[in-house]
Amino acid sequence: MRAWRLLLHLYPAALRETHGDELEALFARDLSRAHGLARVVVVLRAIGDTIVNASRAHLEMTALDLRDVWRGLRRGPGYAASVVLVSALGVAAATASFSLADHVLVRPLPFAAPDRLVKLWQDQSSRGYSRMELSPGNYVDWQRGARSFTSMAAFTTRSVNALTGAGPVRFTATRVTPSLFETLGVGAATGRAFMAADERTNTMPGVVLSDHVWRSVFGGRSDVLGTTVTLDGTTHAVVGVMPAWFEFPTREVDVWLPLTFAPADLEDRADTYLQAIARLAPGVTIAQARADLAGVAAGLARAYAANDRTGATVIELRDEVTRQSRAMLQALVGASAAVLLIACANLASLLLARGVARQRELAIRLAMGARPRRLARQVITESLALSGLGGAVGAVLAVAVMPIAAALVPTTLPIAEAPAADLRVLAVAAIATLVTGLGFGLVPAWRVARMSADGGWQQGTRVFGGRSTERLRGLFVSGEVAVAVVLLVTVGLFLQALWQVRDIDPGFEAGGVLTARTTLPLPKYERVAAREQFYRRVLDDVRALPGVEHAAYTSFLPMVMRGGIWPVLLPGTTVPEDARTASVRFVTPDYFAAMGIPLLRGRAVADTDRQDTAYVAVVSRSFAELYWPGEDPIGRAFTTALQARTVVGVVGDVRVRGLERESEPQIYLPSTQVPDGGLAFYVPKDLVVKTSGAPATLVASVRASVQRADPEQPVSDVRLLTDVVERETASRATQVAALVAFAAVAVLLTLVGVHSLLAYVVAARTQEIGVRMALGASRLGVLALVWTRAVRLTVIGSVAGLVLAYAASRSVQALLAGVSAADGTTYGMAAAGALAIGITGSLVPAWRASRVDPVAAMRHE
Amino acid sequence: MPDTPTPESLLPLPVATFHILLAVADADRHGYAIIQEVAARTNGEVTLSAGTLYRSIQRMVELDLLEETDDRPAADEDDERRRYYRITAFGREVARAEVERLQALVKLARSFGLAARKG
Repeated sequence: MRAWRLLLHLYPAALRETHGDELEALFARDLSRAHGLARVVVVLRAIGDTIVNASRAHLEMTALDLRDVWRGLRRGPGYAASVVLVSALGVAAATASFSLADHVLVRPLPFAAPDRLVKLWQDQSSRGYSRMELSPGNYVDWQRGARSFTSMAAFTTRSVNALTGAGPVRFTATRVTPSLFETLGVGAATGRAFMAADERTNTMPGVVLSDHVWRSVFGGRSDVLGTTVTLDGTTHAVVGVMPAWFEFPTREVDVWLPLTFAPADLEDRADTYLQAIARLAPGVTIAQARADLAGVAAGLARAYAANDRTGATVIELRDEVTRQSRAMLQALVGASAAVLLIACANLASLLLARGVARQRELAIRLAMGARPRRLARQVITESLALSGLGGAVGAVLAVAVMPIAAALVPTTLPIAEAPAADLRVLAVAAIATLVTGLGFGLVPAWRVARMSADGGWQQGTRVFGGRSTERLRGLFVSGEVAVAVVLLVTVGLFLQALWQVRDIDPGFEAGGVLTARTTLPLPKYERVAAREQFYRRVLDDVRALPGVEHAAYTSFLPMVMRGGIWPVLLPGTTVPEDARTASVRFVTPDYFAAMGIPLLRGRAVADTDRQDTAYVAVVSRSFAELYWPGEDPIGRAFTTALQARTVVGVVGDVRVRGLERESEPQIYLPSTQVPDGGLAFYVPKDLVVKTSGAPATLVASVRASVQRADPEQPVSDVRLLTDVVERETASRATQVAALVAFAAVAVLLTLVGVHSLLAYVVAARTQEIGVRMALGASRLGVLALVWTRAVRLTVIGSVAGLVLAYAASRSVQALLAGVSAADGTTYGMAAAGALAIGITGSLVPAWRASRVDPVAAMRHE
Repeated sequence: MPDTPTPESLLPLPVATFHILLAVADADRHGYAIIQEVAARTNGEVTLSAGTLYRSIQRMVELDLLEETDDRPAADEDDERRRYYRITAFGREVARAEVERLQALVKLARSFGLAARKG
């Protein structure tokens, strides 16, 4: 019988309490009438009967409750709408930012044993760069000398001109040492990837295609293996196709080519352009690997002058997220947690108010014999149903904003661009919903369950006693104001930082400039004369276009290519050796005019600077001030890019490395003054066209000009210079937009919170207000009463919020681009904003309170 | 208080619900008596299990089709654990509406020659 009693617990409590005894009696009767095997049948049948009917009873009861919920809410849709809105916003914010953070910061990379993969950099901290690319010589020596890795691989990415059946196209090609795929532990989907063994064979160079190139350029043909592609004039046979998910080192890569080093490549240790990864040997920790590689690097630092004070940086490949991206994501997760917090406080406050509003109804039903547990179940069903609906809406919302969130995924990781909204995300939404619904549905439910049937009326009124609930709700609302203030301060600081960065002078005029890239293939354009002929034809043609004022070629656009750094040799200089580097660009005449870079002294690069005339250089102001402070730099000589050069002009400085970074001083050299076949990396390829009209209208004509100069020459990367500058602040702008969205949601939720609390207070005190007015209180006095309350709530919240905000902004100081975390204006504005929330939220309740008719209010009840 | 639904909104009635309404239509009965009454009226074709009975009663009370009654039989026939149920006015309305629904169905079936003609 005890077991039978336990079985009865499957039934809803209300049914068990009412009918448990009778169910038991019937079972006992059936059992006593049966004998032998028949008793077993009775028991089995009773168990089946209980299971079937208990589950049906639960379903029926829930259906009845939901019907009641539906009816009740049709009478007062405001409450339902508030609960659904509040939980939807909270769940959406939490889910979206969780998925994003999980995607970028938590989820393992899609490679075999990803936690054993490390990224290697040259450490030149003394020059300000702890993450520098490797020179081929150093890579080979690291690979040879280090004992901590099972394999090491290097790669470098640049674009190539491809000739396929469909005409010339540009591919982003990553040249990889054949050991790369084995290091990552990834194989090809079709054919094969490169293998370490390929390094020793000397066959026709192969190419491995990405899935998207295989599909878009090769039509997804199954017989693609062995097809040949001409890349920068060299024929490559397709040896494999990678799986669609493989995106290494970034998602832009189209093809992979083998990277091998000739003995000559290993000589120049200052020529650093390789990225490197390695797989830790079994049992080796990252700390041991660091020590090992530091030893190897120290040996090389002694052996080669260019390696002076060069160490090694070893970090987990997973951590290859810039500190800025990471801090940015953490700020967003913090903001969304804040929104979820506000949503929960709001929900709790709403549910508490609902409990008070229903006290009379529930007390009557108790008095009429309803079971407390049955009522509790109804209350829970209601809050679960509403927050569940809110959760569902929130999940849909989260999935909808996911593509926008993709803009925040850093490009430095070999992961997909958009975080997929997967099952785990939905699970998070479900949990968030359950926690809010259950958490705050339980309190009123528990209170209902504690009411006893007799005296429920009296006790019920007391249990839900207005004042304590009001205090609790006041606390919640102040908490909401505090969190909203934190978000407002954060948004204010980030907005100022964004404006500050946008205000930074890049050193050139981006407006009205169209840029395009024509990477000239070698060996076709190995000779300077061949290139000059191409440039002249293109530039003359382009200059003839209507509206075009200037046109020029340069090695790289600023902010697009941030490297391209050469050592500067200047005997007798007192400049510290680490600082003797400059960013070098080869340009055609008219470059400074096209870019709007001011010429400060001397002359610009001119047509008269030929391969056979004296080698000259135009330097930036910071270069001149560094080497010849207070002196005239014109006519001074120094050596860079393998040649001695004489300074003929000084121009303004440019933010080559980006708006937010310090750049090396700049050197501009005539495109002609380089030996044939030398410095291929620096061959001018970026076309800059300055127009008085709208630059975008020139695109077709510029393409046609290039086509006329060389029909085989593809044009790529057509963009406005303003877009290049804009891109510098794009992630900041996206982040600010996301924060603004969160802050807007927080303000909205807080408004709802303040409003619903005050509306409730006014409604509950109508009688008291009536009495006050009857005793001579003016309407203004009543208004003041409500406002005092609103102001008290907001002031308490604001003070707490400002303190929290200071702590929060200190932690994101690095992202603030020099804006102080203690910026007084921002804090003042946030406090004013909080006060505005308080006043706005109290407008309608205050108006209602002032309209109370004393006579009617006192007659009430 | 929840609104009272219309009788039509509860149709069609589950078989057990209809039989329980019939069983208490002429007299108040306790649970076991309802089981016996239903079995007797249907010649044993419908036997309500204990679970089905009390689940249905619970729901019927909530829907205001039945009410528990304090009128109890003489002490020698009574068992204090038993609860007695009485049909409510709304319960009668609902039973009537269900009968009308069934009659309309039978009429429809007749017009297609699927049921014997009356009389």
